[in-house]
Amino acid sequence: MAKRLSRVLLYLIVILGGITMLMPFLWMVSTSLKTAPETIKVPPLWIPKVFQWGNYAKAFDAAPFARYFVNSVIVTVATTVGQLFTSILAAFAFARLQFYGKNLLFLIFLGTMMIPGEMLIIPNFVTLSKLSLIDTYGALIIPWLASFFTVFTLRQTFQSTPDQIYYAAKIDGASDWKYLWTVLVPMSKSTITAVTVLQVIGSWNAFMWPLIVTNSETMRTLPVGLQAFTTDAGTQYQLLMAASTFVILPMVIVYIFLQKYIIAGISKAGLKG
Amino acid sequence: MINEKPTLKSTGKALLYLLPMLVITITFSIYPIINSLLMSFYKDYNFYTDKVGSWGLDNFVYLWNDPDFHLAVRNTLIFVAGVVPITVVLSLIIALLLNQTKWVSGLFRTVYFLPFVTSTVAIAMVWNWIYQPDYGLMNYFLGLVGVHPIDWLNDPHYSLLALIIMTIWKDLGFNIILFLVGLNNIDAGYYRAAEIDGANAWQRFWNVTIPMISPITFLVSVNGVIGSFKVFDQIFALFQGKPGPGKADLTIVYYLYEKFYTEYKYPIAAASGVVLFGLILLVTLVQLWYSRKHVHY
Repeated sequence: MAKRLSRVLLYLIVILGGITMLMPFLWMVSTSLKTAPETIKVPPLWIPKVFQWGNYAKAFDAAPFARYFVNSVIVTVATTVGQLFTSILAAFAFARLQFYGKNLLFLIFLGTMMIPGEMLIIPNFVTLSKLSLIDTYGALIIPWLASFFTVFTLRQTFQSTPDQIYYAAKIDGASDWKYLWTVLVPMSKSTITAVTVLQVIGSWNAFMWPLIVTNSETMRTLPVGLQAFTTDAGTQYQLLMAASTFVILPMVIVYIFLQKYIIAGISKAGLKG
Repeated sequence: MINEKPTLKSTGKALLYLLPMLVITITFSIYPIINSLLMSFYKDYNFYTDKVGSWGLDNFVYLWNDPDFHLAVRNTLIFVAGVVPITVVLSLIIALLLNQTKWVSGLFRTVYFLPFVTSTVAIAMVWNWIYQPDYGLMNYFLGLVGVHPIDWLNDPHYSLLALIIMTIWKDLGFNIILFLVGLNNIDAGYYRAAEIDGANAWQRFWNVTIPMISPITFLVSVNGVIGSFKVFDQIFALFQGKPGPGKADLTIVYYLYEKFYTEYKYPIAAASGVVLFGLILLVTLVQLWYSRKHVHY
């Protein structure tokens, strides 16, 4: 009996904890579907009488969210693809090729991972100003085209591929380039998916850098645009919550479909790093 | 592994593979690190011509005498001390509970992890609304247990706490995932052996789980400290472009941002970045030293 009771208690705590974690999301969606007077009801109204789907259209038109959305997609896709390309090449060199200074170079890169990224902001801003790239896609994308974290994770996976496969490919006359793209990359699909998804989430949600390097409204990404929108929306919480919902939603969808890879990626990177 | 020795030819080839990454990292990571360090010693810096008059420790002296920077360091330390221990303990407890409730753990793992994938800015808007003094959820729930309404975001006594609560909520999921992996990796044989030796559940927890999970606890703490020291996005979004009421949420990175972006005092901002790095390094080394004694690999 006591054991039964403690099981029930256990589930109760887990479920209560889960509801607490979900509460901000539920509150966001619920508010986004209310009329203005309904948002300030006391006690709070959990489910609005009539769902105000129009709030989403209203919020979307109140600021250039369509443009922000396009910018976020462009920056996220370009950063992710570019970074993946540079990282796959570099990881292959570290995992498979022999060269002078390999260990030293690897150590230097590991060392740079320890430096807080905030320290790089000022010199990078100056560099991009000199190249007249501030307030362009270039500033939003180029500095993020390499990630040592991705190189490090991919190198681990590449190294765990048996040597025999490499030599078999060589005997068949495949060049290193061909081996990398037709054998190694397809074999490392799950790791590549994991780092890709983590990168997509990171780029989509990035805030400080886009805030600093964009001046004009047309260059803002979604988080920066949403932040600016709060000043305009004031206390119209139903519109603010609708806008927050459509900033959050794409990554929630990505997460629900690719959860397996995200969690595998975090466990792998976290435990080895 | 392959035992081939590097040759000039193989080095040249490897360089080609490394080139794209090297160009980006040297320009946007390695050079800035060196530049940032040097900049922190600039004196009489001309921002328009990028010319340095002389060198010295003036920027660090400035920080040493600036009450705002003291406040920023103090707030950052309180924030780290508030967020990290609670997040570590709470996420371990939740991971243990999820480990015991296998058939719902998949679903709840998804739920607990959800904040990690959401935009900090967007969810900070939601928390801004939750903390609203008259109609917000927080005061409503507190009111149910008889607590008087708190002006979370405008009262300097509570605004840092508001930031800490939101951050714990956001960070939990990441740590829970790592703890769950760690718990799954513990060999069930240890528990059976302990049970045969007559250890009760509590003793098994202290003498098997805690030591076996200690590498993860260490990892999660180091990660947490590094991440929390760099807090910025949450503050900017939660307090709508201000470092809290009366600078109550001014942190080191926020200070850096203000010196750099609104006051154009690049060398001082660079010096504050160097101090940030020094503090992170110091705390990480202390953790490393502590782990030598207490972490079981």
